[in-house]
Amino acid sequence: MTNFRTSVINLERPGDPSVFDEKTRTEAAAIIARYPEGQERSALLPMLHLVQSVQGHVTPDGIAFCAEAIGITKAQVAAVVTFYTMYKRTPTGEYLVSVCRNTLCGMLGGDEIYDALSEDLGVGHNQTTADGKVTLEHAECLAACDYAPVVTVNYEFFDNQSVGSARALMSELRDGTRPLPTRGAPLCSFREIERQLAGFFDEDAYAQEANGTGIPSEVGVKLALEKGWTAPSYSLKPNGGASA
Amino acid sequence: MTLTPVLTKRFGTDQPWKIENYERLDGYAGLRKAFTMEPDELITLVKESNLRGRGGAGFPTGMKWSFIPQNDSKPHYVVVNGDEGEPGTCRDLPLMMNDPHSLVEGVIIACYAVRANKAFIYIRGEAVHAIRRVTAAVEHARAKGYLGHNILGTGFKCDIVVHAGAGAYECGEETALLDSLEGRRGQPRLKPPFPATNGLYDAPTVVNNVGSLASVPYIVLGGSDWFKEMGPERSPGPNIYSLSGRIKNPGQYEAPMGTTLRELLDLAGGMSRGKDVKFWTPGGSSTPLFTVEHLDTPLDFDSAVKAGSMNGTSAMMIFDEDDCVVRAAKKWSEFYEHESCGKCTPCREGTYWYVGIYERLEAGHGTLEDLDTLLDLGDNILGRSFCALGDGAVSPVTSSIKFFRDEYLAHINGKGCPFSPQGVALAGAH
Repeated sequence: MTNFRTSVINLERPGDPSVFDEKTRTEAAAIIARYPEGQERSALLPMLHLVQSVQGHVTPDGIAFCAEAIGITKAQVAAVVTFYTMYKRTPTGEYLVSVCRNTLCGMLGGDEIYDALSEDLGVGHNQTTADGKVTLEHAECLAACDYAPVVTVNYEFFDNQSVGSARALMSELRDGTRPLPTRGAPLCSFREIERQLAGFFDEDAYAQEANGTGIPSEVGVKLALEKGWTAPSYSLKPNGGASA
Repeated sequence: MTLTPVLTKRFGTDQPWKIENYERLDGYAGLRKAFTMEPDELITLVKESNLRGRGGAGFPTGMKWSFIPQNDSKPHYVVVNGDEGEPGTCRDLPLMMNDPHSLVEGVIIACYAVRANKAFIYIRGEAVHAIRRVTAAVEHARAKGYLGHNILGTGFKCDIVVHAGAGAYECGEETALLDSLEGRRGQPRLKPPFPATNGLYDAPTVVNNVGSLASVPYIVLGGSDWFKEMGPERSPGPNIYSLSGRIKNPGQYEAPMGTTLRELLDLAGGMSRGKDVKFWTPGGSSTPLFTVEHLDTPLDFDSAVKAGSMNGTSAMMIFDEDDCVVRAAKKWSEFYEHESCGKCTPCREGTYWYVGIYERLEAGHGTLEDLDTLLDLGDNILGRSFCALGDGAVSPVTSSIKFFRDEYLAHINGKGCPFSPQGVALAGAH
């Protein structure tokens, strides 16, 4: 495999920003406009999510596009791309499947889940199945230890997984069905989720009806209700005013 | 001991993330009250509440606010650290998913107090569900006049930008987060100067954790004495304890600061496999391990330090007698090696050496000298890097050797791990 750093600053193929259409250019400008004047560079992280939403990974074209839009060098963009794990350097499948193998999830079954999926799919870390459906990765802590072990698909949570349930999940994804995540919005493609990460939520993307919670999130508050436990109270006055 | 749901009180109610439901349950009442006060009064109130940063370091939030220079010509910023990624830590994401408006409300109050007109909520990229909920909350708050040019007719102007990260634990360190927000590699800055004077875009900046800011509306409503009714005077308040691992009912338990693991375990239904507690983290993997000896240690910022660890993020990963502590330390070391940003040599090289040694130990090729090297590495990493990531990497290694030296020796003398991968002691172990 070519060294990514040299391949993105390839003199023979320097990257062509013109492959991005007018819509993407307008959106890049909208990202820049979120930040104070003179601070265009703050737009870089979301803009890299935007180029991934168009091309599925960060290509030399994407790097050249960001460099041009923000007014920094391609080397500066490439240095950022290589730092963050969510910027993919090779084409990513329709679904990015992340298996948490950090200590808690790993010891509660995440290691076995990752090994089973890797064997079934015939791919290793950051590799994509031949049908272009699934890119597998092992992830660091996904901040859902109370739902361990967890697997995410395009970053939506599938909680309390086992080897069996994760295998069934892969079959469904490869058969073209999109099972509902335990928590989070209904699944979309990797490119569509990258668009949300760039800060663009098209109609219905807020998914206000989607489930955002589960038993572990509510276990404490439900127990308190059942036992009649509350925090010390404070009184609210009408019209929104309040006093202790 | 009882639970005291404050930050979690709306969890489990009917779609609390929707603004009309939030408003029905005291939502934005804290903001309305805050606007009846002077900004300096708010800073004093938060100072007097003794609220300490829920991101792990426990620095007094009100003091952070008071460091922002006033009557200067620079813009001020409030930056929210929503880069939750410390292993074991899982309380900010459920808060943002269930009750995003409490964060938004806290941010607006903080902006008013420190005279900032712009805030950024930096959320780790993998938490797209939280990004979605918080972005929607900001938009809906704006539509209702809680954000914008003339908030609730007060003339105060404030807006919030939700910013997605891209996968780097290091960005949870406040100066690395600021660099990341400025579109750079997320690496820590040399301090001083601190963000309070030279933060985002070199301007005065408050960087607060999600849970710290979400606590603010309640402090405004209840007052500082109300807040201090829960927990110890110097480290008070309702605190979300996140329990995970070999227990019956893992999840979020909000109780007064200073609650013990014994009390929490009782609420969580006890251990899941009928085995005793062996080792646990009081506040994420960067806090030195505790053991069954520490079940009665009060878990607040000061007591945890006194007992040899830290309160951190109150993220308790609980392991039982059938779990291998060497395997756990190996996996944590792999995490720190992966996430070390590479800036400082002791952390970058030290975590790499840790992993190599742990691979040998687990594979049965470890030597007694390896044990000394692990401890020696710790001495050379601790306190020798720009930020606390390296210090965090040392915690599980040295604390596990301190409490479970025999288990390391069993790996060396027995030429391999005495536990099965499923976490069951093999015959003859111990």
